[in-house]
Amino acid sequence: MTRVPPPGSLLAAQDLRKAYGPTTALDGADFSIHPGEVVAVMGPSGSGKSTLLHCLAGIVTPDSGSITYNGRELATMNDAQRSALRRSEFGFVFQFGQLVPELTCVENVALPLRLNGTSRKEAEKAALTWMERLEVDDLRKKRPGEVSGGQGQRVAVARALVTNPRVLFADEPTGALDSLNGERVMGLLTEAARSTNAAVVLVTHEARVAAYSDREVVVRDGRSRDMERAI
Amino acid sequence: MSIGNTLLGLLESGPRHGYDLKRAFDEKFGHDRPLHYGQVYATMSRLLKNGLVEVDGIEAGGGPERKRYAITDAGISDVERWLATPEKPEPYLQSLLYSKVVLALLTHRDAAGILDTQRSEHLRSMRILTDRKRKGDLADQLICDHALFHLEADLRWLELTAARLDKLAEAVAA
Repeated sequence: MTRVPPPGSLLAAQDLRKAYGPTTALDGADFSIHPGEVVAVMGPSGSGKSTLLHCLAGIVTPDSGSITYNGRELATMNDAQRSALRRSEFGFVFQFGQLVPELTCVENVALPLRLNGTSRKEAEKAALTWMERLEVDDLRKKRPGEVSGGQGQRVAVARALVTNPRVLFADEPTGALDSLNGERVMGLLTEAARSTNAAVVLVTHEARVAAYSDREVVVRDGRSRDMERAI
Repeated sequence: MSIGNTLLGLLESGPRHGYDLKRAFDEKFGHDRPLHYGQVYATMSRLLKNGLVEVDGIEAGGGPERKRYAITDAGISDVERWLATPEKPEPYLQSLLYSKVVLALLTHRDAAGILDTQRSEHLRSMRILTDRKRKGDLADQLICDHALFHLEADLRWLELTAARLDKLAEAVAA
């Protein structure tokens, strides 16, 4: 049976399969997200949730199955097209190690725009706007090594949003933070994403983080279950 | 815990006497609180009256007559509905959820699905609390945090149980 993405979805995947050698990471996973929606991808360690995120973001190519972004099949794009898509339409926040230590915080946030050819002045102006929204504009001249974990993560969120991505991928974005900082990051991240109508794919094993989402998809043994549509 | 639903679930594997039901219940669910005979017979009378069980046979012995009970189709539907309906998130649900999971395994139903549905129900409550917290003052935040931490504890238990379902299935079948 051919599975079709729900109407109006921005990013959708059907029957994704991916194996790393003898290990099956995805075994027929489905996913879909609409503009402005925050979807938590949950599941135990090793269930395939990060692989699902990497496939959706075009970082990893699935062995089979279909992924469409804005009606376009990712498999029909070449590497350069997929890279361009990731740079201009997608934003990424990971658990750690994402800021360039040699650059100041404002330079870090401006980096995606600079890579897209925006002038330094324009890029840093836009970066500061996002740093204000994430309440880290006072750190503009500091380097990542001089800021706390929570502050660094908010700088990373500002950098992920500076290109006004249509999809923000967040893989355990609060995994290295304490409760209070984690909640602050989640509150600001979801608020900023909703204000720009960006979709957020939020991989997390923490229920308190997932509670910031609109609905959850559970991944277990490489298969996904959309809880809203399952009930 | 719903004793009626649990006894019904135990009957799904085959007819049993009241005494056998009590023994099976105590062995699987009543470690701290074994059932009294009176509870078993009162519950069975109610289930009988509601058409969820029927008397499958009566054995006369030296003592009082021993009725053997069998679950009816209506009883099976009742168990099915009970297992599929998530519980309202509130403190100390574990023994009830544990019973549901064990009964699902005993009756070859989707135990992982029960845990997923319950997780979803818990998350729904957590979303409401998170939203209230974001819009509220510090007092609201602290009150909601307390509830959120309790719900999170339940969810951790759900996750852990989901991860141990295979082992639990083996133990239940033994």
